[in-house]
Amino acid sequence: MPVSRPRPTTIAAAATAVAAVLALAGCGSSNSGGTAPSGSQSTGSSSAGSQTITLYNGQHEQTTDALVAGFEKKTGIKVKVRNDDEDVFDDQILTEGSHSPADVIYTENTPALQFLQEHNLLAKVDPTTLAKTPSKYNSPQGDWLGISARVSVLDYDPSLISASQLPKTALALADPQYQGKLAIAPGETDFQPVVTSMIKQYGSARTLAWLKGLKANAGSHDYPDNETIASDVNDGKVAFGLINQYYWYRLGAEIGTSKYHSQIAYFAPHDPGYVLDVSGAAVLASSKHQAAAQQFLAYLNSPAGQEIIAHSDSFEYPIASGVSRGAPETPFNQLRPNPIDLEQLGDGQAAVNLMKQAQLL
Amino acid sequence: MAVIAPVAPSTTRLHRRTPRTPRTLLGLSVLIAAIMALPLVFLFILTDHAGWSEVRQLIDRRLTLTLLWNTVRLTVVVTVLCAVIGTATAWCIERTNLPGRQVWAVLVVVPLAIPDFVVSFGWTSLSNHVVGFHGAVLVMTLAVYPLVHLPVAASLRNADPSQEEMSGSLGVGRLRTFWRVTVGQARGAILGGCLLVSLVMLAEYGAFEILSYRTFTTEIFTEFHVAFDLPGACALSLVLVALSIVAVGGDLRLRSHGQVARTGSHAQRVTRRHDLGRAKIPVLLGFLALIGLAIGVPVGAAIYWMVQGGPPAITGVSLGSATAHTALYAAGAGAIATVAALPIALLSVRHPGRLGNLLERSTLLVLAMPGLVTALALSYFVERYAGGHLYQSATLLVLAYAILFFPLALVAVRASVMRAPARLEDVARSLGRGRVSVLLRVTLPLIAPGLAAAFCLVFLSVVTELTATLILIPTGVQTLATQFWQYQTNLSYSQAAPFALLMMGIAAVPSLVLGRWFDRLPAKAV
Repeated sequence: MPVSRPRPTTIAAAATAVAAVLALAGCGSSNSGGTAPSGSQSTGSSSAGSQTITLYNGQHEQTTDALVAGFEKKTGIKVKVRNDDEDVFDDQILTEGSHSPADVIYTENTPALQFLQEHNLLAKVDPTTLAKTPSKYNSPQGDWLGISARVSVLDYDPSLISASQLPKTALALADPQYQGKLAIAPGETDFQPVVTSMIKQYGSARTLAWLKGLKANAGSHDYPDNETIASDVNDGKVAFGLINQYYWYRLGAEIGTSKYHSQIAYFAPHDPGYVLDVSGAAVLASSKHQAAAQQFLAYLNSPAGQEIIAHSDSFEYPIASGVSRGAPETPFNQLRPNPIDLEQLGDGQAAVNLMKQAQLL
Repeated sequence: MAVIAPVAPSTTRLHRRTPRTPRTLLGLSVLIAAIMALPLVFLFILTDHAGWSEVRQLIDRRLTLTLLWNTVRLTVVVTVLCAVIGTATAWCIERTNLPGRQVWAVLVVVPLAIPDFVVSFGWTSLSNHVVGFHGAVLVMTLAVYPLVHLPVAASLRNADPSQEEMSGSLGVGRLRTFWRVTVGQARGAILGGCLLVSLVMLAEYGAFEILSYRTFTTEIFTEFHVAFDLPGACALSLVLVALSIVAVGGDLRLRSHGQVARTGSHAQRVTRRHDLGRAKIPVLLGFLALIGLAIGVPVGAAIYWMVQGGPPAITGVSLGSATAHTALYAAGAGAIATVAALPIALLSVRHPGRLGNLLERSTLLVLAMPGLVTALALSYFVERYAGGHLYQSATLLVLAYAILFFPLALVAVRASVMRAPARLEDVARSLGRGRVSVLLRVTLPLIAPGLAAAFCLVFLSVVTELTATLILIPTGVQTLATQFWQYQTNLSYSQAAPFALLMMGIAAVPSLVLGRWFDRLPAKAV
C-alpha cells in the first residue's frame, strides 16, 4: 500500500513553506534599506539640517542613554548608539578601516582608546574641549578626552575580615596570610592598570612574583568579572576582593541597603594599588561628521554632561572642572591615588604579558 | 511520483551505479563551500600578521596544556551524554506510544534557545556546587542535547520501520533490535548530531566564563578582551580548527563503517508504535526530569528576576519589535542555510568521492570558530572588496547567521538524504523526469523531515546568538538577545527577564508548526 494520494498536497505544502520562509528572508533583506542607514548612507542627510552621528558605546548604558538624550535635546543632532564591549569595538574599528560607520567611541577605560591612537585611527580632539578636563586625564597627544573616573579599592565582608586586618598596600595582597581570602578578576580591563602601576613601582621581576602570590591567594576565587566579586563578597562566599569602587555602589543600588553589609576600604595614599581609571571618548579619524562628533565630545565634559554623570547610577566621578559627585561617595578631591599618568598605563601590554607568565590569563 | 516500481530488492546503495556528478550540483557546492571558508581564510590572514613565532609562544605554555585537556575531556563527556539523551528522546517521541508526544516534541528542543547566562545564572543561584568540570558537564549537556535529538528524530521519521519488525519476527530481542536496527538506521544522524555537539563545545565560551571553567576558548577570548590582540586570538583559534578537524575526521571514519539505507520498496508507510508498557511511567518521569532541569531551572531564574525588581529602568526597544526582528532574522537564516545545505548534502551522499567529502567536511569547521571571528571576517571582506556596502545591514547579518550555523543544517539535511532511497529518484528519472523535476517531486518530499529539522536547528541557534549580532546588526535595531544582554550587563535583571522568556517562547514556534505539519504527512506513525 504505497502512499499515493497525498503526495501532491505534500509537495504543495513544502513549496508553500519554502516560499513563505524565503519571503520572510526577503523581508529581512529589504528591511535593511529602510532601517539601517549605515555611515555612508547617512552622509547624504548630513548636508541637510538634521545630522545623525553613530556612537560606539562601551560605557554603561544608563549613563550613555542620559547623555545622548541631553545632547540630542541641546543640539538637534541625532545619535545612533551601538553597544558592545570596548575591546570588540577596537577590533571592529580596525577591521572596518576607512569605511567605519562610527563617528565617536566612548569607553570605560583608556587602554581601548590608547590602542586606537597607536593605530592612528583617531582624530585630534578640539583643543577648547580638551582644556576643560585636567590635562593629566587626557591623551597627551590630544587624541582622546577623559570624561569620568573610578578608583581601585578593596571590597570586604566585615564578618569574615576586619578593616584592620585588610592589606594597606597592593604588595601585601600577595602575603600568604590572605590565602583563600582574596578574590580577583584578572580578565577584567580594570585589573591590568593595577599591574601596570606595580610594574612602574617595583619592576617586572618583583611584579611577576607578586602576581604568582596573588594567584596562590585567590585559588578558586579567580572571577570572570567585578560584578561577581562584589556580589560574592556581599554573600560571604569570599572575604575580600580587588575591584573598582563603583561596582560596590552599583550593587548597593541594585539590591538595596537592607541586604547590603559588605564594605569598601582604600589602600594607603599613593600606593601602587590605588589606581585611578579614566573613562574617555574620541572622534574617529574616518568620521564623515567631524564637526557634529566634536560637538558630542564637547557636550560630554560640559557642565550639563558632567552633571548627568555626577547623578547617574554608574557611580563614576565627573572629572572636568566645576562639577563634583555628592554623597555617598568619598569626594573626588579626597582620593589619593598613585600619581601614575594614563600614558604610562598605555595599552597594558606589559601587564598582560606578565599576567600570562603568572598563568593568570 | 507515487508509483513505486517493483524493483528487485538490493540491499545497499553501494551496489548502485554512481551516476556522473552533475555540473550544476558540483558548481553550487564549490561556491557554497567557498563562502563557508571565508572565516577560515580570515583566520589565516590575521595569523600571518601576528607572526607564527608569537603563536608558538602563546601555545607553548603549561597553562595551554591544562586548558586543552579541559576542552577535550569536557567535549568528550558532553558529546557522549548528548548522544544518549538525544537518541533516547527522539526514539521515545517518534517510535513509542509515549503519552503527550506532541508536547514533549516541542519542549525537548527549547533548551537550545536559552541564553547561556540565564542557564548558568539559574544553576549557580540554585547551588554553589554547579561549578568547574561537573557544573560545565551538567549545564552544557542540558543545553545542547537537542543538537542530537532533532537530526535523529528527523531520521527516525523517514526510516523504514519494517526492518525493526523483521528483526522482531526473527526472534531478536527488543533491546538488541533497538541497538542493531534502530540505532543502526539513525547512525548517520546520531554521529552527525555528536559532531555538532563537539564542534559547538569547542567554540563555547559564555557559559564557561560564568561557571569558572577555563577552556582553550576562554583563553582565546582573553586575548581578544584583555590583550586587545586580535591576531593573537586568531592564531589560537587555529588550534580550535585543528581540534575540529580531528572531530570531523573521526566522524568520517566512524560513518564509513557500514552504511544502511532504506531497503524496503515502500517509501513511507504507517508504522506501529512500540508499546512502552510498564516502562511508561519511568519514561514519563525521565522526560519530566529532563525538561524540569533543562527548562525549569532557567525559567525559574527568569521569573525570580521579574519579581525581584532592580535598579532604575533603562530605555530599550519594545518586546514586540525585538521579537519580530529575531523571528525574521532567524527564519531567513534558517531558510538560507537549509537551501544551501541541500547541494552539498546531495553531492556527498549521492556522488560520494574525495571531492564531495572534502567540500562537505570543510563546511563543518565554521561551527567551531568563535562567532566573533566569523563576524569580523565578513566585516573584513565587505570592507576590502565591497567598499563597506551592506555592512551592518539585515542582509549581511542574516547571511552571517546562515554561515555560522550552516553545519547544523547540513548535518540534518544529509542524514535525511542518506535515508531517502536513491532508487526512487532513478526510477523517476527513467520515467523521463528531468533532474529538477525529480528533485522537487521525489527527493524533497522524501527528505522533508530533515529540511524541517535543519530549519529548526538554525532558527533556534540564531535566537540566542550574540557576539556576531552585536557587530553586524543594523544600528538601532534590537533582537531579543541583544536587548537581553544590554539589560543584563546593566544589572537590570527584572527588565532582562521577559526577553529571556520570549526567547524560549519563540523557540517553541517552529517545532510546533512543523510538528503539526508532519503529523498530517502520510508517514505518520499511529
